[in-house]
Amino acid sequence: MHQYPVLFANPDKVAVAIKNDLTTHPLASDDANFEPGVLAEQGISPQGEYQAVSPGYVGYESYCKQGGYALAKEIAEGKKDAESIIKAMESSGLRGLGGAGFPAGRKWRIVKDQVAPKLMAVNIDEGEPGTFKDRTYLERDPHRFLEGLLIAANVVGIDACYIYLRDEYHGCRELLEIELEKLKANPPFKLPLIELRRGAGAYICGEESAMIESIEGKRGEPRMRPPYIAQVGLFGRPTLEHNFETLYWVRDIVQRGPEWFSSFGRHDRKGLRSFSVSGRVKKPGVKLAPAGITIQELIDEYCGGMQDGHTFYGYLPGGASGGILPATMNDIPLDFDTLQPYGCFIGSAAVMVFSHQDRARDMALNVMHFFEHESCGQCTPCRVGTGKAAKLMQSNTWDQKTLEDLATVMVDASICGLGQAAPNPIRCIAKYFPQEVA
Amino acid sequence: MNAPTNLKELELPTVEFKLDGQTIISYEGETILKAAKRHGIDIPHLCFKDGYRPDGNCRACVVEINGERTLAPSCCRSATPGMEVKANSERALKSQKLVLEMLLSDMPDEGFKWVGDSKAEEQKNQHGELSTWAARMNVTVRPELKALRRDKVNADISHPAMAVNLDACIQCNRCVRACREEQVNDVIGYAMRGAHSEIVFDLNDPMGDSTCVACGECVQACPTGALMPKGLIGSQTVDRKVDSVCPFCGVGCQITYNVKDEKIVSVEGRDGPANHNRLCVKGRFGMDYIHSPQRLTKPLIRKPGVPKDETAIQNPQDWSNIFREATWDEALEFAGGKLKALKDQYGLKVLAGFGSAKGSNEEAYLFQKLVRTGFGNNNVDHCTRLCHASSVAALLEGVGSGAVSNQVNDVENSSMIMLIGSNPTANHPVAATWFKNAAKRGTKIVLCDPRVTDMSKHAWRTMQFKPDTDVAMLNAMIYTIIEEGLADQNFIKERANNFEALKENIKGYSPEAMAPICGIPAETLREVAREFATTKSAMILWGMGVSQHVHGTDNARCLIALVSITGQIGKPGSGLHPLRGQNNVQGASDAGLIPMMFPNYQRVDHDAAHAWFENFWDSKLDKKPGYTVVEIMHKITAPDNDPDKIRGMYIEGENPAMSDPDLNHARHALASLEHLVVQDIFMTETALLADVVLPASAWPEKVGTASNTDRMVQLGKKAIDPPGDAKPDLWIIQEIAKRMGLNWNYQGPDAGVAQVYEEMRLAMHAAIKGITWERLERESSVTYPCLSEEDPGRPIVFDDHFATIDGKVKLVPADIIPANERPDTEYPFVLITGRQLEHWHTGSMTRRATILDAIEPMATVSMHGEDMTQLGIVAGDVVTVQSRRGEIGIHVRRDDGTPRGVIFIPFAYYEAAANLITNPALDPFGKIPEFKYCAVKLTKGGQAASTIGYGTNDPQRQQLTNAS
Repeated sequence: MHQYPVLFANPDKVAVAIKNDLTTHPLASDDANFEPGVLAEQGISPQGEYQAVSPGYVGYESYCKQGGYALAKEIAEGKKDAESIIKAMESSGLRGLGGAGFPAGRKWRIVKDQVAPKLMAVNIDEGEPGTFKDRTYLERDPHRFLEGLLIAANVVGIDACYIYLRDEYHGCRELLEIELEKLKANPPFKLPLIELRRGAGAYICGEESAMIESIEGKRGEPRMRPPYIAQVGLFGRPTLEHNFETLYWVRDIVQRGPEWFSSFGRHDRKGLRSFSVSGRVKKPGVKLAPAGITIQELIDEYCGGMQDGHTFYGYLPGGASGGILPATMNDIPLDFDTLQPYGCFIGSAAVMVFSHQDRARDMALNVMHFFEHESCGQCTPCRVGTGKAAKLMQSNTWDQKTLEDLATVMVDASICGLGQAAPNPIRCIAKYFPQEVA
Repeated sequence: MNAPTNLKELELPTVEFKLDGQTIISYEGETILKAAKRHGIDIPHLCFKDGYRPDGNCRACVVEINGERTLAPSCCRSATPGMEVKANSERALKSQKLVLEMLLSDMPDEGFKWVGDSKAEEQKNQHGELSTWAARMNVTVRPELKALRRDKVNADISHPAMAVNLDACIQCNRCVRACREEQVNDVIGYAMRGAHSEIVFDLNDPMGDSTCVACGECVQACPTGALMPKGLIGSQTVDRKVDSVCPFCGVGCQITYNVKDEKIVSVEGRDGPANHNRLCVKGRFGMDYIHSPQRLTKPLIRKPGVPKDETAIQNPQDWSNIFREATWDEALEFAGGKLKALKDQYGLKVLAGFGSAKGSNEEAYLFQKLVRTGFGNNNVDHCTRLCHASSVAALLEGVGSGAVSNQVNDVENSSMIMLIGSNPTANHPVAATWFKNAAKRGTKIVLCDPRVTDMSKHAWRTMQFKPDTDVAMLNAMIYTIIEEGLADQNFIKERANNFEALKENIKGYSPEAMAPICGIPAETLREVAREFATTKSAMILWGMGVSQHVHGTDNARCLIALVSITGQIGKPGSGLHPLRGQNNVQGASDAGLIPMMFPNYQRVDHDAAHAWFENFWDSKLDKKPGYTVVEIMHKITAPDNDPDKIRGMYIEGENPAMSDPDLNHARHALASLEHLVVQDIFMTETALLADVVLPASAWPEKVGTASNTDRMVQLGKKAIDPPGDAKPDLWIIQEIAKRMGLNWNYQGPDAGVAQVYEEMRLAMHAAIKGITWERLERESSVTYPCLSEEDPGRPIVFDDHFATIDGKVKLVPADIIPANERPDTEYPFVLITGRQLEHWHTGSMTRRATILDAIEPMATVSMHGEDMTQLGIVAGDVVTVQSRRGEIGIHVRRDDGTPRGVIFIPFAYYEAAANLITNPALDPFGKIPEFKYCAVKLTKGGQAASTIGYGTNDPQRQQLTNAS
């Protein structure tokens, strides 16, 4: 209802909301406790009746009381040296959690060595279909993220930080505005400039350089690289760009020690991953599971298994762009680099599970329509390719040759990841679900 | 000083890399695409256009780079040492071809830009560059993709000049870059997303309703024909292409005429030094005036007994009752014979001639030579008198040369550009693009003008000073610079004279004292002055807003002082640039088409110069300076006993019956002449008062050179023959000379133009000795001073000394002199006259160009919305504008950039001639009339002309009025 989320919406519930004039996102209480570290290897999202439109969150005061900003203050005041922080980040193995997975510590080091003034841009556009982990943390524990941001700013030498927030997150925006206000009113140390910017609903603006264009007030189109944004980024300055969650873990990694973070993991993988699990499972939600967990383990151990009457048939391991795999391939460790051999990737760890009541080709067509709609229209392979592919994918029997040609030019010649990854569903269907399109 | 001391310093570092196995040496920063092209390897490309920022969106140019996951656009990527690049690998070719196929699959069956050497080839290649590349790469569209063609997009033909067929659009963005980055008009945008992405004008308005200024850069940029000039849709085959230079303003854009069936069907921008392919609406879409059915095609002689009626200029095309056709022999005998008879009867002072700044250098040179050696006096002038005469007077006095110190596009080296009394987006549109480009890169533009014009959008500060208060404003800046110790003492000491007098005089001109006078806050005056003094390089460019005042010379003196005391002259990006209004006003003045100087500004009363030219022309010459334009008008109506009374005139390509101030007087004077010979391409208002009218040739119909505002001598070539019996001007001048008894003998094609030029080159040896005719034919454009064949020319002058006798700049203090006619209770408004983008000078050419006439068909007076409210009028109403000298009825246009209490009227409209109203008061030095200021009153209502224009877009009316 306008900006008021109706949980498990049905006509009756919506009617009640209308009757009660519920149009804005209600503000939660700011005195909650939330400690992500202790939730490791658990589900983050409450289930059933424990779900709330606006869960209680850790406000500025509570956060400080619980020892928040102490670390950032130490760093800001020079009591902890930047190098040790970067080292901690590097040895934790933390990688960018927006999708590309660039090692966070290395990124800090690169930008640190650039010429000032340097800027930071934070991506909370969370546009990848099936991803809701950033929101889940943000609406519970905003200051842990802000502390991570301030640590990064201090260590790297950042003058101004731009936070780019998904505009559909009305509640988060209000919360963040309030908490930023509190932080600025009573800063624990001298803050860099922090600006909260609203996205405008474009998926492409989650791409790092398109987001920068958008912040600059331009049409959201990815930039050509090189130059990399670490060298020439926002407003032409060297820019540190991070996904929300990457910064969210900084405090815990430094305070608990990098080995704490890297102590988790399965099947030879290391670290924690926040999986946004949706689809035909009993208990969907954000699961803070060890990196390298397989889909089967995730479903069984974290999601209470498949919904009744549904048999596991396939899954999308990484949102719309991460490809589609059949249930028979249920033993692949889910992590960066492990899915590439299968033409897939983990991205932002949005796992969508579907059952024998679904058709994989429908999933594929759905995401292709999504890409067609969200292509920025800049480069030919993506602009023309997504549209033509979506048309061809509607046919009972696929024109595999043309689709494969389109896939080739999109992968090889698109400017950004959107166009390069858009053919993943085409190829996955051809490879793993050929019977559906023959 | 301009030349590098060590050529090695100029060499760019190189990078060696491999392309398809071949070793390529690229310059550092050079893209792979361009490096490949230099080595003869063409990689397909569509969104890339040389000169534009590469955008890399079409992906037709992708190449494989060793070690990279995806292919890279070669138009955007530079090679690094040792890089291995494959443009020809299976993988690269596959994507290159698929991109072409994908784009081609969405093309309509019938295209808009057919290319090829034969009809059959044109049939195959209907989509311009896309088809060309597809053919070269052997790409055809498979039926499976053709079946998925996008929905048809409707054509937009709302603009008079251009057709928009987005059916053929490949979203390459070249037009967007053309509009936003090259010309900086910010009209075209890229809207929506994905497959819905589309080119839009403003907020998706039809092109004709948008703020488009019709520069046509987008049609020149479009590779597929989605944007086309209406004159050349479909087949691109023409009979010939002829390189020339634009005949309109002083910027001097180089162009190529496309000629088909002896008509100029379209014009393209050429890579000339002043325009680098850019053009404006006049240059690109205004050339068909030469095909007007109203062109004069036969010599005409006034019918016996038909009086010269100076009031009958209501329908200038209906002249069949006034003139009869004659043969050239008869007309020339009558024209020249009568001039000679007057001279024989009354002496050497009674004839005068107006040459033209719209003609060639050769014509200007011969014309002044005719007056000086044939008429026997120096009564020769032209419209420079009405443009920059005061600027030139101040410049000759101050720096010793009337030409610009730095060229327009040297502003790329400026950190500040001061534009004063100039509306360049309308009057020098291509020059304006360089200013806008500079502003985009961070150069601070200071716009000083009583009217807030388009350029203010790009300005760092806009100083909307009160009309007539230039000296107050400029002196306040000079005051600030001296008072605050920001003057460049070293420069002043080494290179300036008379600084103490300037310093003394400036004492009463503090910004605080001047603020109430000029209307600019003192703090702003100080801020701009400080910035001007301390910025790295500041250039001042000015227009007629400075010069057309009774204190025009003083205004220019202040500008000279400003750059001199700050050392902002004699180096790149700094200096003085009076923007010339007409294509050859610089050259005509250089060639001596002014009453006080022989060619190259040799004073007629200077003994040595006088003797040199008497010898050079082998003729006795008058040592007394002649009369100027407005003075001649007065000398015509002088009493009979005045020995200097002008009785006969020869006017070539000028239209004083429209361009002079106080037209009622000027027309009366012209009508009073005993003998008036007019040489023109149309029956102008002046020609209507003639005894003989000689049909001349338009710029594209003849060969000649023109010198632009940048001191570039540029060659104009002939594209087509003049219509009917019309003749090249150069030939006509020689024929008149013959009748005056002169024994000239210029041989060679095109009326001996090359020989005339070579003689002129000798006469102007101190400026253009190194620019031979043969060199011009080879290089098209050479900048002067240029003293030898090897001399590349000097784009920047005064770098170590000024052209004055002692080599120093002479600072001349200026005091406030009020306008000749200030508003009062009876005449409370101020009238400013000028030009507008579409119409040039008196409109005789541009109003006969179909597209220009369609865009701006009628006269309007611009005024502020608040003044309109007070007068109870709305846009489109008719008002009567009246001065002490005349009145017109005219429609109102709202323009809030016009200050309160001021109105603006362009002078190009005969049916509402602004100059009926203007004041002929003159600047004492430049003898330029005060076109920029006179007092008027406005009354609601009145009678606007019932006939508008020349019926250019109304074939029926053209028929009726075409007396031939």
